[in-house]
Amino acid sequence: MTLMTKFLGASAALALSAGAALADPALIFDLGGKFDKSFNESAFNGAQRWAEETGGSFGEFEITSDAQREQAIRQFAEAGNNPIVMAGFSWATPLATVAADYPDTKFAIIDMVVDMPNVRSVVFNEHEGSYLVGMLAAMSSETGTVGFIGGMDIPLIRKFACGYAQGVLAVNPDATIIANMTGTTPAAWNDPVKGSELTLAQISQGADVVYAAAGGTGVGVLQTAADQDILSIGVDANQNYLHPGQVLTSMLKRVDNAVYEAFTAGADLETGFNVMGVANGGVGYAMDENNASLVSAEMAASVDAAAAEISSGALVVHDYMSDESCPALSF
Amino acid sequence: MDLLSLLDPSILGGTMRLATPLLLACLAGLFSERAGIFDIGLEGKMLVAAFLAGAFASTSGSVWVGLLAAIMGSLMLSGVHGLASITFRGNQLISGVAINFFASGLTVVAAQSWFGQGGRTPQLSGPARFEPIIFPGALTKLREIAQANLPMKVYSQVFSGHALIVYVALILVPVTWWILYRTRFGLRLRAVGENPAAVDTAGISVVRLRFSAVFICGILCGVAGAYLSTALQAGFVREMTAGRGYIALAALIFAKWRPWYAMAACLLFGYLQALALRPDILQKAIGLSVKVQLLDALPYIMTVVILAGFIGKAIPPRAGGEPYVKER
Repeated sequence: MTLMTKFLGASAALALSAGAALADPALIFDLGGKFDKSFNESAFNGAQRWAEETGGSFGEFEITSDAQREQAIRQFAEAGNNPIVMAGFSWATPLATVAADYPDTKFAIIDMVVDMPNVRSVVFNEHEGSYLVGMLAAMSSETGTVGFIGGMDIPLIRKFACGYAQGVLAVNPDATIIANMTGTTPAAWNDPVKGSELTLAQISQGADVVYAAAGGTGVGVLQTAADQDILSIGVDANQNYLHPGQVLTSMLKRVDNAVYEAFTAGADLETGFNVMGVANGGVGYAMDENNASLVSAEMAASVDAAAAEISSGALVVHDYMSDESCPALSF
Repeated sequence: MDLLSLLDPSILGGTMRLATPLLLACLAGLFSERAGIFDIGLEGKMLVAAFLAGAFASTSGSVWVGLLAAIMGSLMLSGVHGLASITFRGNQLISGVAINFFASGLTVVAAQSWFGQGGRTPQLSGPARFEPIIFPGALTKLREIAQANLPMKVYSQVFSGHALIVYVALILVPVTWWILYRTRFGLRLRAVGENPAAVDTAGISVVRLRFSAVFICGILCGVAGAYLSTALQAGFVREMTAGRGYIALAALIFAKWRPWYAMAACLLFGYLQALALRPDILQKAIGLSVKVQLLDALPYIMTVVILAGFIGKAIPPRAGGEPYVKER
């Protein structure tokens, strides 16, 4: 009997808290963690911006293992949070399972497509942003050799590499591009030791600009590049400040905008497929006081011209994920 | 075909750096297992040590404080392992696995609540890191090294430019050999791993010997972990040991529990890791492209081959894994 009362009490408490949290949006981070100086932190900044502008509050959760994914989504959905935004391609499978159980809740997933009536799938044209930083890399390189270090070897990361290679070759058709992946398991997102060794290996092959699209591994890449006096390119968030004057630029992926828009739309979130590219400010390259001395006005002008061409459709950057092949780079 | 390029100085330099944590962990395991205590928990001890080194080095600004904290933390876990498997005669493998799980979770949670940077410690710089030791006249920048002649390349990349711990690890190999084979303590340590009853009969405390072996193991794991976060890298990140503790165990079996062979095995495994980073050189050397994944898997494949008995038999210490009970 006492057990029964406890259960009833617990469910009553849950119902109450659900009422209190009604229509608060929620954000769930991926394994990299909220303050990864990159992807997740960018998502958090978007949510924070929304909270500051509207004075609202939002639910948030950092998972610590893959097993928590489905449970995390369910918990927020049960609590009445709406919309629920999750950052990262790994959420696709659990979301596809859960979304149908909560038809009245709106979900948004970043970096992956889940075809459900109540899900908004936000994908970024990373190849376009990578193309732009690739151009900058080629213009800054003195040796004509540039490097790319990816995290886990998945099509999404190859998409980065492929766009980058196309940008490099557009500026310097004779350039050499060295592309390495850190690994084939999720551990590859958090192996700065290997990232740093890969950077050293690329430098000894002549690379003098290295682009890291590798999550936490990128910290090691940027560190080593700075130690060795070569330039590096950050990813997702603006990482120029990590080593001022030694990070050429960062490929910005405006995950913060995606989260901000979803939160602003609230329960009226438009579902379906949402592409964020150069044209609508979803991707780009970072300029601030830390890299002002590295990017000259001419360099910025020619990159901006290319960006305008991409926006107008005059220039099409090949997307690796469209046909699993890359004209500019072989893996 | 250009097999000589496999000995490129940059790869050999990478070998030195990547073999060091393996070597320290392998020697740690050697002491412990030679005394009859299997230690799966090398990985977890290194991880906790890496975290404490990163955390204390960044808060105190001194890498030595970090190193001390790393050794302390690792020693504490060693104490737990010893308590579980020596005093309470528990299963050594389970205790080791528990330590690994504990370390993997605790480090991230502690780092998150301490620094709030997603389970990592702040970036270290200056005196909070082990700076590379530059030999007189050696070059430091890879771009200058690329222009230099071969002896200069070897001197600058293979011998010079490593953190203090790299040289310490190499010195520890003859020291370990000397302790194990030339001192009374070493003789007793080996005996307690083969036949603890005989040692007990001679009036020597099995428990004390095993505990000292486990504590030596803890100190070495602490140094290995500190090396990862304060020398090889500038800070701790989640799961940064990335399986190095297990590769060290594989190296230990490969070396058949002997110090000099352990060094050879660790250098070999370090070399394979360094080579996996340079597929271009491998392709130039043997004329065909090899999948990086295959190179990454080689240490494990080789260990399986050894265990299957193809290259001589690897016989572990006879009393290994068994708690010592005075009377049955």
